[in-house]
Amino acid sequence: MKLHPVPVLKESPSQTAGPYVHIGMTPNFCGITGVIDADPGISMLTADAEGERIIITGRVIDGAGAPVNDAVLELWQADSKGSFVAPMAPNSKSVPAFTGWGRQPTQPDGTYRFETIKPGRVDGPDGKPMAPHVSLWIVARGINIGLQTRLYFADEAEANAADFVLNKIMDPRRRETLIARREEGPVPRYVLDIHLQGERETVFFDI
Amino acid sequence: MSGIILPGADGMLFQRDRDWHPPADTPGYKSSTFRAPRHSLLALGPTRSEMTGPTFGHEKLGELDNDLIRNFSQDGNEAIGQRMIVYGQVLDENARPVPDTLVEYWQANAGGRYRHKKEGYLAALDPNFGGFGRSITDENGFYHFRTVKPGAYPWPNGGNDWRPAHIHFSVFGHAFAQRLITQMYFEGDPMIWQCPIVATIPDKAAIDQLIARLDRHNTTPMDALAYRFDIVLRGRRSTMFENKLEGN
Repeated sequence: MKLHPVPVLKESPSQTAGPYVHIGMTPNFCGITGVIDADPGISMLTADAEGERIIITGRVIDGAGAPVNDAVLELWQADSKGSFVAPMAPNSKSVPAFTGWGRQPTQPDGTYRFETIKPGRVDGPDGKPMAPHVSLWIVARGINIGLQTRLYFADEAEANAADFVLNKIMDPRRRETLIARREEGPVPRYVLDIHLQGERETVFFDI
Repeated sequence: MSGIILPGADGMLFQRDRDWHPPADTPGYKSSTFRAPRHSLLALGPTRSEMTGPTFGHEKLGELDNDLIRNFSQDGNEAIGQRMIVYGQVLDENARPVPDTLVEYWQANAGGRYRHKKEGYLAALDPNFGGFGRSITDENGFYHFRTVKPGAYPWPNGGNDWRPAHIHFSVFGHAFAQRLITQMYFEGDPMIWQCPIVATIPDKAAIDQLIARLDRHNTTPMDALAYRFDIVLRGRRSTMFENKLEGN
C-alpha cells in the first residue's frame, strides 16, 4: 500500500485582489507604462498558431444586476489539438505560437474579451474526452477568493451532453450558465455572461 | 516541455481547506455582498485542465522589474519612503520549494496613495513610484524585490475604515488550480486587527500566515530593512512523481 503524505503546511489564505488589481496585473491598462512593454496575457497567440480563430466575450454581472467593471479574468485552455504543451513559434526563439493563457480586465460596462483559438478536446478523469472548454478564473474587489468556472461552446451540443464536468451539475438548467452562444462574423464570437449571484448565477467550481 | 501529470489519485492536489480561506460572503466587507455566489461551489476535483497551468520561462523579465524604488523613475530619482527588501520562499503544502513561478506584487506609495485612475485619496502621488513589480522564483523557490513601505489608507466601507499597510501578491504555481491572490501585512501593525478585509479570514492562525516578519539578518546596513514573506501554495498528494507540472 502506498501512503500519501500529510500536508505539513497550510495554504496561504486568499485575500481580495481589490479595486486596484490592475496596477499589478494589467499595469499598462491603468496607465503605469514604461515598466513592462505589454501586460501579461493580453495577447495569447502569434500568426503561427494553428486552429480556428475565435473571440470569447461577455459581461460579468453582480447580484444587483450591475456590471462588474473592475474585475480581471484569466483564461487557460488547450490548443486546437487538445494539448497544453504549446510548441514554440517557428520564427521565434522564445515565444510560443499559442500560450493557452490569457488575462483581460473588464471594461466599464463589465465586458471581457479574449482573442484566442477554439480548443481541442482533452481527456477527462473518466478516460473519455471532455467537451471543448476553457477554464476561467475571476478576481475583483469584493471577491475574497478567486472564482473558478468553465466556458463551453453551444455548437458542441453532442460533446457537451456527454461531458464529465457538465454532467456533474445536477440541475440541467444550471448547465446552461456555462455554455456560450455562437455569433457569426469575420471572426466567430462566443458570448457568455457571467453572473456572480442571483437567478442566473454561473456555476463555480471547487477544483 | 515534458512532465504533465495525468489526473488521478496520485496527481491530485490536496483539497482546498475553504474554512481556512475567507468565505465568499463576508458582511463586514461590504463589497462582497453582491459579489458572493449564493449557490455552493460544485466540487470537481481537478482534471487535466486545472492540473496544468501557464509557465513563464519564455518571458524575459526586465532588470528593474523587481525594483519598485527605480522601475517607474521619471526624473532619475528614487521613490520616496522607507526603503525595504521584501523576500521569501514559495512553497507547497508539502514544504517543497516552487521554482520558476511568476510572482507579481502591487502596492500604494509611502503615503497610502495608489497610482490608479479610480483612486481619489488626497495623499499625493510620488512621481517616481509606480507600485508594480514581478519576479520569477529561483531554483529554491525564492523571490525578492526592493520597494518602499506602503502607507495605510482610508476606504469607503464603514464610516472610518483604514487598510493596514499591505502589499498585494499574485502567484501562479505550476497548476491553474494553485492560482492564488493574497495580501502581505507587516509585523506589529496594530491596524491588522481592525481591518474588515483581514477579518474575512476566520482563523487567527491563518491571518498570522499573511504577516511578514522583520528580518534584521538580511537588512542592508545604512540602506534598506528586510521583511520575509513566505507563500504556501496547494501541494500534490503524491510523492511518487518528481516531474514538474508544466503547461507551455
